Amino acid sequence: MSGYHVVVCGSVVPDPLHPLEPVTGPNGPELKNEMILPAVFDPWAAHALYEAAHLVQSVPGSRLWLVSIGPRAKLQQVMMTIGQKVVLQLVALDGPAGGFVDAAATAEALADAIAAIDGLDRARLVLCGGWASASRGAGAVLQMVGEHLGIVDQFQGVDELAVQPDGALRVVERADGGLNQVSLCAGPPVLLGWATGNRPEPPNNPQIGMQNMRGVMPALQKARPAQLGMDGLRYCCAQAPRRRRETRIVKDMPVDEIAREIVAWIRG
Amino acid sequence: MENVLFLACIEPDGSLGKTARETLAIARQAAAELGAEFCAGLIGEHCEPGSRTAAAAGCAALYLVEGSAFGISRYATDSAAAEAIARAARPTLVFAPAVSRVSRFIAGLAQRLNGRVDTQITGLAVHDGQLVVDRWFYRQRIEATLTRTTRPWLLTVAPGTMPAFDGDAAPTRVERIAVDLPESLQRTRVEGVQAPPGAGQTVRPDAELLFVAGAGWTKPQRDGQSHVEQAAQLILGFLDRTQASLGGSKSLVDVGGEGQPVLPFLTHLNQVGQTGATPRHPKGLATCCHGEEPHVVGWRFINERRAINLDPNCGWARGKADVLYVADAFAVMRKVNELLGG
Ligand SMILES: Cc1cc2nc3c(=O)[nH]c(=O)nc-3n(C[C@H](O)[C@H](O)[C@H](O)COP(=O)(O)OP(=O)(O)OC[C@H]3O[C@@H](n4cnc5c(N)ncnc54)[C@H](O)[C@@H]3O)c2cc1C
Repeated sequence: MSGYHVVVCGSVVPDPLHPLEPVTGPNGPELKNEMILPAVFDPWAAHALYEAAHLVQSVPGSRLWLVSIGPRAKLQQVMMTIGQKVVLQLVALDGPAGGFVDAAATAEALADAIAAIDGLDRARLVLCGGWASASRGAGAVLQMVGEHLGIVDQFQGVDELAVQPDGALRVVERADGGLNQVSLCAGPPVLLGWATGNRPEPPNNPQIGMQNMRGVMPALQKARPAQLGMDGLRYCCAQAPRRRRETRIVKDMPVDEIAREIVAWIRG
Repeated sequence: MENVLFLACIEPDGSLGKTARETLAIARQAAAELGAEFCAGLIGEHCEPGSRTAAAAGCAALYLVEGSAFGISRYATDSAAAEAIARAARPTLVFAPAVSRVSRFIAGLAQRLNGRVDTQITGLAVHDGQLVVDRWFYRQRIEATLTRTTRPWLLTVAPGTMPAFDGDAAPTRVERIAVDLPESLQRTRVEGVQAPPGAGQTVRPDAELLFVAGAGWTKPQRDGQSHVEQAAQLILGFLDRTQASLGGSKSLVDVGGEGQPVLPFLTHLNQVGQTGATPRHPKGLATCCHGEEPHVVGWRFINERRAINLDPNCGWARGKADVLYVADAFAVMRKVNELLGG
């Protein structure tokens, strides 16, 4: 048996072009009109998915699952686009995907769902996701899922993965100060929290869409509810920053004068 | 009673880095306000003089995991070391710096200890004997204050949250912990840390100024032509003279992938915003960048903001910058470089 069993964890987030306003819900903060805000697939998780699809394509015998916890209707909406780009098998859980949900609860539900995947060979597992979500932005869930599944070769901020002739994985991660750390990992099981990677978003391919929909719709229909508890977490308040700057708009100032002003400001 | 552990990875020279010393200051403050015990756990090839700094901050006990296997950032070994420290120190609260090395393992550590984690906190307070912390959600678009009852509670502290602690004292109680490293924890070999090819080192977290370049630098200008080489010269010239850190908008950084003219020194590591970095600098100058919301969320921690754009209605005009110069950035930056000399 050869090939990787690649699992990508990722869910929906509000479209970043849309303003967000927190309101108080029964379990703490929520987003105003959360259910009707337009959603996108979480951007770094999307990069993970494209990279994962590339890996699966380039190594025969590999398979790809997307494991997602989110409100069913939102997942369905986002799968309409994601499902046209990458051949995948969806494992969906119907539950909250917002930023205020506890990472530990999300991780546990994801790990359980992954462990229950029929036919998944954990010795060949390449577990992927975004290195942080665009919602909670904690960079926590994936590491915890990895711990649940006993994966101790974990990488975060991954921008590059290359399979070596001997089967080792060469991983390029982001380090502080705009630097990269390069590592060689003996092979799976391995966890990769992706940053932007190197691959452009694949174009929509209606054939892939057709192929996926046969599995995606049933997966959404049978999505189990995921109850994600807050377990000792209490929010005291949540607010969008109010501060709006009084922008001084400088028109018709000669270039030399602008330059002098900027230089004085830099030096000041 | 709470028991506060300051946890950090040591720099190659044995010292504590700036973010680690900022975190040490926060941990120290929290311990004092909570009336908690205060100790430190350090991981590195060797931990001098870092351990002396922690001792000066008042850490009663120091737990050290040392050795060449711990001089590198590797999940398997760092999480094993941190776990051993936590099992020895039995903290209820752990404060660690939100640097890339720690960020790679802190949540896994929380899971191992059956604790909870909150990363990138930007402030804390003690109310009625209870610790509350601030952190941002939705990529710096919502700020929340929260608390937890679960222990241990692990926290990473964002850079720039507090002035760094400095000091030097001989530690009173040092416990060196030997961590067993079976083969299974050494399946990863770290080859090294390097600047991305072609990029040089244009990301400078400690710079006074962030200079952001937008896609406008590569767009056709008034003469109908694009002037990418000139743009490169002006930008590099400015960076050279000011030692500013270079940021880029997503549109500019992405240009390279699409076979268009590109500024070769800009990579995704420079990208600022929703799917990029959120750097911290006292000042920021945006050029040829429209100032759209997914970009500007990356400016949350830039104090003074100025922008140069041809469009008086660009995003910066709408309360996002302190000053918007409606002007041609090519002309302005040429003159700026001239004035800066060199
Ligand atoms: C999911 C998602 C995530 C995103 N993440 C990010 C992110 O992390 N970072 C990010 O930056 N964007 C991000 N975006 C994209 C963002 O919405 C904008 O599209 C992007 O920031 C635009 O880049 P720009 O301002 O450089 O380019 P443009 O919008 O093309 O603006 C170019 C500007 O240059 C000006 N200009 C041209 N010539 C000159 C000149 N000679 N002098 C002065 N001004 C000139 C023009 O007036 C114009 O305002 C994201 C979008 C989405 C949907």
